Amino acid sequence: MALLEVKDLRTSFFTDAGEVKAVNGVSFSLERGKVLGIVGESGSGKSVTAYSIMQILAPAGKIVGGSVKLDGKELIGSGEKVMKTVRGNKVSIIFQDPMTSLNPTYTIGSQLTEAILLHTDRSKKQAKERALEMLRLVNVNEPEKRMKQYPFELSGGMRQRVMIAMALACEPDILIADEPTTALDVTIQAQILELMQSLQKELGMAIIMITHDLGVVAQLCDEVIVMYAGSICERGTADEIFYNPQHEYTKGLMRSLPSANSAGTRLQPITGTPIDLLNMPNGCAFAPRCDEAMRICIDKASPEFEVGEGHTSRCWMCAKKAKEKGEAIIEIEGGENNE
Amino acid sequence: MSNKPLIEVNGLSKYFDVNTGLFKSKKLKAVDNVSFSIKKGETLGLVGESGCGKTTVGRTILHLYNPTSGEIVYDGKKIKSKESIEEFRRHATMVFQDPYSSLNPRMTVSDIIGEPLDVHKLYSSKKEREEKILELMSHVGLNSEHASRYAHEFSGGQRQRIGIARSLAVNPDFIVCDEPVSALDVSIQAQVINMFEDLQDKMGLTYLFIAHDLLVVRHISDRIAVMYLGRMVELADASEIYDRPLHPYSKSLLSAVPVPDPKIARENKRIVLEGDIPSPLNAPSGCPFRTRCPYATEQCAASMPEFKEVEPGHFVACHRVGEIN
Ligand SMILES: Nc1ncnc2c1ncn2[C@@H]1O[C@H](COP(=O)(O)OP(=O)(O)OP(=O)(O)O)[C@@H](O)[C@H]1O
Ligand SMILES: Nc1ncnc2c1ncn2[C@@H]1O[C@H](COP(=O)(O)OP(=O)(O)OP(=O)(O)O)[C@@H](O)[C@H]1O
Ligand code: SF4
Ligand SMILES: [Mg+2]
Ligand SMILES: [Mg+2]
Repeated sequence: MALLEVKDLRTSFFTDAGEVKAVNGVSFSLERGKVLGIVGESGSGKSVTAYSIMQILAPAGKIVGGSVKLDGKELIGSGEKVMKTVRGNKVSIIFQDPMTSLNPTYTIGSQLTEAILLHTDRSKKQAKERALEMLRLVNVNEPEKRMKQYPFELSGGMRQRVMIAMALACEPDILIADEPTTALDVTIQAQILELMQSLQKELGMAIIMITHDLGVVAQLCDEVIVMYAGSICERGTADEIFYNPQHEYTKGLMRSLPSANSAGTRLQPITGTPIDLLNMPNGCAFAPRCDEAMRICIDKASPEFEVGEGHTSRCWMCAKKAKEKGEAIIEIEGGENNE
Repeated sequence: MSNKPLIEVNGLSKYFDVNTGLFKSKKLKAVDNVSFSIKKGETLGLVGESGCGKTTVGRTILHLYNPTSGEIVYDGKKIKSKESIEEFRRHATMVFQDPYSSLNPRMTVSDIIGEPLDVHKLYSSKKEREEKILELMSHVGLNSEHASRYAHEFSGGQRQRIGIARSLAVNPDFIVCDEPVSALDVSIQAQVINMFEDLQDKMGLTYLFIAHDLLVVRHISDRIAVMYLGRMVELADASEIYDRPLHPYSKSLLSAVPVPDPKIARENKRIVLEGDIPSPLNAPSGCPFRTRCPYATEQCAASMPEFKEVEPGHFVACHRVGEIN
């Protein structure tokens, strides 16, 4: 049994302008000890997917369908009491900007200790010791001194370490990291990624790494989900996604990256402008920007095709190519109109 | 590209006075004794971590900040007097990082692009103004029907195009591009980078291109300069600096860049630096990098290494550059 099983998850925001289907039928599973990357352009639903799993959505947001099972237990509809034990104990989340989750008016030490007391049955003294141990684990120098400091007294990289310490203090099975290094400098990012990698190995936890940086994905992830307009357009191992992409959006994304030897050549951008979730096309959401779009792409969203072992793509081109080669292609999940 | 420098920066410094308590203030050396030149038609990339002084270099060159010391020579002429600064600003402009906050959302696209035309009185009739605006819009791939729409109606990539069209209005030769693609999605980034390159080919533009994405900088730059804590630590041809960085900081910076290729990423030997970037208010003595440098010796704490040409066209500021490479 997979540690986390997400099935046909749907989350919408009900706004004055209408229903924004931010997550529109997302399914995936995560095994114990694995690192899963979620990539996709801004607004494609990466964060909302994570917040839906944790059930920490903004008031306008509502999970309107689907299932999220942790260790086989359904979380959707389980109630706030159950979710409180899940958050922090079983699944932790760290955000891009640590200042949004650290309280500026309390010291690092009191926040860490408080979090540990809340989620475990340690005594106050034990919790304090654990807090120090966690700060050492994430390579914060002079941990005794840091315990007495306030968040603003720490550098960005140091704050992100404290966030990681806080998230790991209760040894969660899953750590969700939502752009944990986007606000950091390259050399500090390298420290944090290295740290996450070694902690992941040491503690055997699973990580969901949300990022738009394909370099970070290449470095860290076993498997990758590519999102576009609220849906998963492609899913596979990191090697498959990077070396054998099958969805036209993923292909375009890979082509558009500058590389060590692209100097002097023109980059190949994806044309057009990002999707507007309030004006979704009927067929494939990527069709308006896709160079290969066919009639059927405009009329009907593609089903999820199996294109390799553990590799799926929602792209009509996969069916076309299989047909040309005289091969059969397996449909995992039916296509449907976005409307 | 010609061999003549279009712009020369000699010993440029910019210090800010910052309050550190009641009646106490301290000098923050945002940019300290920086020298380089850019040839006509060339792109010089400027990289380094947040707060190292990249934006301040750009703004001080354009005299949006008064230099604390040092001089700017543009096309052979020293920029110093009020007149020379005004004249210079007709040839040199800046494109900003954030396409969201740098444009007034209550102005139409045509107002935004027309503003510098008005300021510098670059037309003789209303019709000519109109024509110029449309021409600028077409340069950046916006069409005429966009002219009467408001900035907030556009996506990030389109707003960045509006910002670029605006900075092209004075018909500049030199543009400081301050992180012009950092706020954009990867897929849109490539559109805007191509546009910068096309405009350069078409108009012979010279760029100082500031960015923190080192793959983007490598793609677009002819030469690259690396800054650390207000100082320039290395300057060389783009391919040279990527293949053979000589300064310990450049080495770790380049090795830390996550490469979007799983096999390379797995094998990559990253040089992970210890510690944090010091505050520029408490810059270390001697070499600014010495607190994090794996090669630092007593000499590094005692004196500031000179920025010198160690190989033709390759400048480095490190006491031990000869021994460690
Ligand atoms: N509170 C909200 N109210 C209305 N719409 C929202 C809200 N939060 C998110 N959305 C919408 O949901 C969609 C998905 O947003 P999400 O934050 O998941 O994107 P993302 O993939 O994480 O993007 P980014 O890379 O920019 O973080 C977006 O179109 C966004 O506008
Ligand atoms: N107007 C100002 N007054 C006081 N200090 C300033 C001012 N502008 C910049 N600084 C300081 O000067 C230093 C250099 O800042 P600058 O903005 O040039 O860095 P940068 O390299 O562009 O960083 P980033 O990558 O974050 O944009 C920083 O320590 C900054 O806090
Ligand atoms: S001068 Fe010394 S401290 Fe500075 S980079 Fe060179 S070896 Fe390192
Ligand atoms: Mg997000
Ligand atoms: Mg800057």
